[in-house]
Amino acid sequence: MLANLGFGALFVTFLISLYGIGAAVYGARKNRPAWIESARLSMLLTFPLITISAFSLIYLLVNRHFEYEFVFSVTSNSMPLFLRATALWGGQAGSLVFWSWLLSAFTSAVTLRKWERDREFLPWVIVVSLVTLAFFLILVIFFENPFARIWSLPNGTAKVTMFQPLNAVLFVPPDGQGLNPLLRHPGMIVHPPMLYLGFVSFVIPFAFGIAALITGRTDDRWIRITRRWTLVAWLFLSLGLLLGGRWAYDVLGWGGYWGWDPVEISAFMPWLTGTAFLHSVMIQEKRGMLKRWNMVLIILTYCLVIFGTFLTRSGVLSSVHAFAQSAIGPLFFAFIGLTFLASLTLLIQRWDDLKSETQMTSLLSREALFLLNNLLFMGILVVCFWGVIFPLISELFTGQQVTVGPPFYERATAPLFAGLLLLMGIAPLSAWGHSTWKTIGHAMWKPALVSPIIPLVFFSLGMRSIPALIGFWLASLVACITLYEFWRGALARHQRAGESLPVAFWRLMGRNRRRYGGYIIHLGVVLMSFGIIGIELFQTETQGTIPQGGQIQLGDYTLTFKSLAIFDKEDGRNVARAVIDVERNGKYLGELYPRRDYYVESQQPMTIPGVRSTWEDDLYVLLVDWQPVSTAGATFKVYHNPLVNFLWLGGLVFILGTLVAAWPEREREFVPKPATRDTYVGSQA
Amino acid sequence: MQTSTTSHTNTAGSAKFIIGGLFIVAAVVYLIISSTRASAQYFLTVDELVAKGETVLGRDLRISGAVIGDSIQYDPQTLTLKFTIVAIPGDNKEIEKLGGLAAVLNAAVNDPSRERLEVIYTGPKPDLLRNEAQAIITGQMGSDGVFQADELLLKCPTRYEEAVPDQTG
Repeated sequence: MLANLGFGALFVTFLISLYGIGAAVYGARKNRPAWIESARLSMLLTFPLITISAFSLIYLLVNRHFEYEFVFSVTSNSMPLFLRATALWGGQAGSLVFWSWLLSAFTSAVTLRKWERDREFLPWVIVVSLVTLAFFLILVIFFENPFARIWSLPNGTAKVTMFQPLNAVLFVPPDGQGLNPLLRHPGMIVHPPMLYLGFVSFVIPFAFGIAALITGRTDDRWIRITRRWTLVAWLFLSLGLLLGGRWAYDVLGWGGYWGWDPVEISAFMPWLTGTAFLHSVMIQEKRGMLKRWNMVLIILTYCLVIFGTFLTRSGVLSSVHAFAQSAIGPLFFAFIGLTFLASLTLLIQRWDDLKSETQMTSLLSREALFLLNNLLFMGILVVCFWGVIFPLISELFTGQQVTVGPPFYERATAPLFAGLLLLMGIAPLSAWGHSTWKTIGHAMWKPALVSPIIPLVFFSLGMRSIPALIGFWLASLVACITLYEFWRGALARHQRAGESLPVAFWRLMGRNRRRYGGYIIHLGVVLMSFGIIGIELFQTETQGTIPQGGQIQLGDYTLTFKSLAIFDKEDGRNVARAVIDVERNGKYLGELYPRRDYYVESQQPMTIPGVRSTWEDDLYVLLVDWQPVSTAGATFKVYHNPLVNFLWLGGLVFILGTLVAAWPEREREFVPKPATRDTYVGSQA
Repeated sequence: MQTSTTSHTNTAGSAKFIIGGLFIVAAVVYLIISSTRASAQYFLTVDELVAKGETVLGRDLRISGAVIGDSIQYDPQTLTLKFTIVAIPGDNKEIEKLGGLAAVLNAAVNDPSRERLEVIYTGPKPDLLRNEAQAIITGQMGSDGVFQADELLLKCPTRYEEAVPDQTG
C-alpha cells in the first residue's frame, strides 16, 4: 500500500541518516575516505527516498483518501486538483515532510559539487545536514505522521494511528474538512514553499561554517563556497516575505501588508541576520576581518530558521498564522538549544584562529560602514526578538503578561531603517581601508544636489509631514547616488573602451554582478520605501452603509453602490458581489466588484476586496455587510492607499537584483587582489 | 598562512570604534525601552480583569476570552459590534491540560457561572467572529463596565477533534 510505502521510505531515510552521520564522523576521525564516500552516497539516497514518501502523500491527497487524518483535515471533495496537491504544505504533518524533502534535495545537490579542493569539509557538511534532516524525520515519524489513518474502535470512539488497533475498522469520512479558505489563494500556495526554500537553503552555509570550525580551515574558503547558496537562500526568503505581504493585502482585508505578527517576525528575523551576513562576508573576503562575527551570524541565522519553523508550527504565540497547534514545541526548543550550544562551543574553541588579519582604522572606511550596517540590522533583530519574547519575560519577572503591538515595532525600528537607508547611500561611495569626508563628499555632491527634487515636489503638492519628507529625501538620495554610480561606471567604460553606452552599461553589470546586483537590490529597497511611506503615513479610510444608488466619498473619489448579487458557485461558495462605480472629481473611472465568499462546508466567510490600482494609489473597497431582502443597502469600508504599488514594484526589482547577484559567473575563482584596487569607482573621479 | 601586518594595537583608533558602537547600542536600548513603555499592553484574562476592577481604567489592555455566539449584535448602519466573551485560562499549558483550545472554549461558553465581559467595537464584523471562537481583544476598559475594543484578533481551533467521533458514533 502506498501509505505504508511512504511511511516506510521515511523510516528507512531516518535509519540511513543515522548511518550517514556515523560513517561521516568515523571516516573523518580515522581518515578513511571510503567511509566518507559511503556517507556521501547515503546522503544522496535521502532525496529519492523522501521523494517516494512525498509523492505517496500527494497521491493520497489528490485522490481524496479521507481515511488519512492529514488528508481529511486539509482537503475536501470540492477543492480543485492543484489545491489538493499543494495541500501538502497546508497542514503541519505534510509541511514537515515537505521541509525534509526540500532539505534532502538541497543537501544532495551539495554533495554532487566538485569537492577536490575541499575534501576535508565534506564529512562535516554531511553530518550537519543529516542531523538536521534526522531531527525533522523524528518529528514526522514519531509525532506528526501524515500517513496515520482514522480507525473506529469497538467502543465507538475513533483513534488516529498508523497501524490498525485491535478489532478496529477503518473509518472513511465521505468528505474532508478542506483547506482553510484563507489559504486558498495563489499567493498562499507559493508563499510557504518560498519561505521553506529560504529556510532550508540557509542550512547549507551553516553546514560549511560548522565544517570550517571543526576542521580548523578558518580562512574565507567556506564563505566563498557558500556565497551563492546564501544568496539563493536569501532570495527565497525575501520572495517568501514579499508574497506573504501580497497575500495579506489581497486576502486578509485589512488594507495592510505587514502586521508585525509574531509569525511574520519569526520569518523576518533570519532574513535580518542573513542580510547582515551577506554584507559582512564581503569584509572578510576583502579585508580578512570579522571572521568571528560571520560565524556568529550564520549560527544565529540557522537557529532563527529552526525557531521560525517552530513558531509557525507550534502555536505558542497567539497569531493569525497559528493554524496548527502541537506538542512538538519542546522538541524544537531542545534542538535549537543543543545546536546553538554546540555551535558556540566550537566557535569558542576556534576563537584564536579566527583573529582578524587587519585592523579597522577609519570610521568612514567601507568596512566600518558595513559594520555599522550590521549593527543596525542587529538592532532591528533585537527589537523584533524583544517584542516576540517580551510577554514571556514580563510574565517571568512580574507575573503579569504584557505584550507590545505594532506601534512598538514601528516606533523602535523606524529610526533604524532610516539609518540603513542613509548608509545605503554613503557606503557604496566609501573605499576599503580608508576614506575621508572629502573623498566621499567629492563623489556624492552631484547626486546629493539632485536628491531633494523628489521631497520638494511632494512639498509643493502640499505634503507637510516631516517624517515623510525626510523618508522621501533619504530614499531619493540613495536612488540618485546608486543611479549615478551606474552612470559613472558605464561612462568610464564608454570613454575607455569606446563601447556604446548601453553596451558599456550591460558589460559593467556583467563584469561585477555581485556589486551591481547589490545596487539593483538597493534601488528595489528605495522603491519599496516609497510605497511603505505612502501607505503607512498617508493611508485614509472611511466606511458607511448606503442604499442602492447611494454614494460614499473618500478624498477625490466618489463611490456609487449600483447593485448586489448573491449566488452559489459549484465549488461550495455562496458569493455576495457588489457592483460599485468609481468616479474621481466627477470623471468616471470604472467599476469595482468587492465581494464576500461564504464557504458553506467550513462555515467561513472570506472578504475579497475590489481594488483599483494605479501608480499613484490603490482604491481598496471591502463589502462588509448587506441586507439581502430589503433595500436598506450595504456597508462598505474603503481604503485609499497612496503609492502602495511602488512597494510591489520595488519587490520585483529587489528580486531581479538578487538574481543578477546570484547569477553564476564564468570565472569563479579569482587570485586575491590587493584590497584597495578595483573596489572603489569613486577614486577614479 | 595568515600574515599579520598590524601587531600593535592602535588604542586611539579602536577607542572611536568602541565609542561609536556604544552609541549605537545605547540608541537601540533607548528605542526599545521608550517604545515598550509607549505601547505596552497588559495581557489579562477576563477573571483577572474583573479582579483588578477600577485600577485598569484607561490602560491599554489585551483580553482573551471565548465568544458567545448568541450575544453577537451587529448594527451595519453604525458599524457597531457588540458581543460578550467568557473567561478562559490565559496559560497555554493549562489549556492543553484541559483538553486543548477547542474543549476549553466549548466548556467556557456553556458555563454560566464564569465571569463574562461585554465588548463593543466599531468597524467591519470580522469573518472569524462566531460562537466558540477565541477572541483576543485590544482596547480599554470603559467606566461603564463595557470593554472598548480597538482591535479584534480571532482564532478558531480546527474542529477535527469534535468532528470525527460524531461521525463514527
